[in-house]
Amino acid sequence: MEQLLTDTWLTAPIGGTILLSLIVIMINALKKDSLAAEYWVSLIGIAANIVLAVVVFPDRGTAFSGMVMTGGYASITAILFLTAAGLTILLSREYIEKIGVNFGEFYHLILLATTGMMTFSAGTDLVVTFIGLELMSISLYVLAGISRRHHKGNEAALKYFLLGAFASGFFLYGIALIYGMTSTTNILEIAQNMQAYMSEPLFLTGVGLLLVGFAFKVGAVPFHMWVPDVYEGSPTMVSAFMSTGAKASAFTAFLLIFTATFDIAGTQINTVLAILAVASMVIGNVVALSQNNIKRMLAYSSIAHAGYMLIGLTAGGMMSITGVLFYLISYMFTNIGAFGIAAIIENKEQGGTEIDNFRGLYYRHPALAVMMSIFMFSLVGLPPLAGFFGKYYIFVAAIENGYTWLTIIGVITSMISVYYYLRVVVVMFFQTDEEAEKSSLASSSVFALLLSAAGVLLIGVFPSMVLDWMSRLF
Amino acid sequence: MIPIHYYLILSAVMFITGVVGVLTRRNAIIIFMCIELMLNSVNLTFVAFSSYLGNATGQMFVFFVMAVAAAEAAVGLAIVIALFRNKQTVNINDVNILKW
Repeated sequence: MEQLLTDTWLTAPIGGTILLSLIVIMINALKKDSLAAEYWVSLIGIAANIVLAVVVFPDRGTAFSGMVMTGGYASITAILFLTAAGLTILLSREYIEKIGVNFGEFYHLILLATTGMMTFSAGTDLVVTFIGLELMSISLYVLAGISRRHHKGNEAALKYFLLGAFASGFFLYGIALIYGMTSTTNILEIAQNMQAYMSEPLFLTGVGLLLVGFAFKVGAVPFHMWVPDVYEGSPTMVSAFMSTGAKASAFTAFLLIFTATFDIAGTQINTVLAILAVASMVIGNVVALSQNNIKRMLAYSSIAHAGYMLIGLTAGGMMSITGVLFYLISYMFTNIGAFGIAAIIENKEQGGTEIDNFRGLYYRHPALAVMMSIFMFSLVGLPPLAGFFGKYYIFVAAIENGYTWLTIIGVITSMISVYYYLRVVVVMFFQTDEEAEKSSLASSSVFALLLSAAGVLLIGVFPSMVLDWMSRLF
Repeated sequence: MIPIHYYLILSAVMFITGVVGVLTRRNAIIIFMCIELMLNSVNLTFVAFSSYLGNATGQMFVFFVMAVAAAEAAVGLAIVIALFRNKQTVNINDVNILKW
């Protein structure tokens, strides 16, 4: 009994978030008039859960007989997902009213997906990992199609659902084969006999299928076909949440299983990861050049960023784990900000997300234009912004582990990316649009954008602030 | 007793049938059925391994998979219905507004 209480306390951020999502849906069922209560309860609850995650940070270990990780890694990832959810909710309040999907379920589903993300990336047993993955994905399928009379939204939800469920099938088959060869689903136990298992063809097949499942979820080439369609068709703030929270959670689970536990550096699987990384960087960046829609451009850029992070997974070792986590945190602030500004520019019919719609933004909303430039420069990876240090740590880890050629490809492709990111900046400052109307700016959106911009700048100028936490991961 | 590899071959064939179905069929409902076939072939693998290894984890996993598949079916069919109301079709060749 005492053990149960301790374990419940140690996994409090997960339990707290699912409780919060239930409270929100209850409030929504009881009162129909406005969404203010749901909005504020979600925000306060998210803040409380972030505090809980910080409090349990020193208790590094596992809970519920080795099923989930607590403290350290789990706390950092929980804070990452909760911050992403908080920023998304702040930016969504005005947005969901504008596009006519102001349902209380929106907040409920965001919180439920956040719970799934935390479970997904903290699970040390493949059962828990799978449940977390599905909780996250199923909530996001609904969110992608939440604007149900919108044709693009329907299409995005259908594609996301069919390909997501398809990927889950591979993921599960991988787990089944791993279970058959090891007679356990606990990754820590499997890791103890990794050397012996690596010579079993069925075990390798299982790990390979698991890898395919993960590659689908992080959107790495050649499993990326769904990413642009889903990001373009879904409501913009949902895309923001998917590209930061869902991607980060797939990556952190990927890191925990493949790099931190199985330690696959130097095996055949590593070669596959290197190929995925190169393909994602090249195809993501090159195809992004020809995009005219900001959401689609950001989708291809997110494929490219998945490629950079895969370099970290290929290199392996503690330095890469830190680097990829740092990258995910900086990418979270940057991308939520960029999508948030796109959501403000967007019109009622969910149109107006072309890059041309940003023409002359500086003359209409100077602050928005300046913040958008900060986000774009951070995505390019210019110092002293957060994106620079993310890339820097990953590239250093890759060079130290003998993957200099991957780093060279990474640097060349980020050169290519300068063109399409700067195009947005040029359009905002050096072109004008007489007909464009000023978009309405809610104070909550401005606050969230300021937070994201501050995050990008602060993490960039004082990276040690985040890195100090990362030295105590496991 | 039937040897374990009979079950494994059967479930692999079921899984591949599902994958081929997803890749070749054009009706959203049939694609969805093929995905369910993939999940059920995984269930068969789990149960076969579980009985072979004398270990209950696999059978417990099957319950989770079934619960998740049910939740997925609810959401998936809702999405297909929302699409049908807008476009009067469930053929994925007609669902092509988004492309590069």
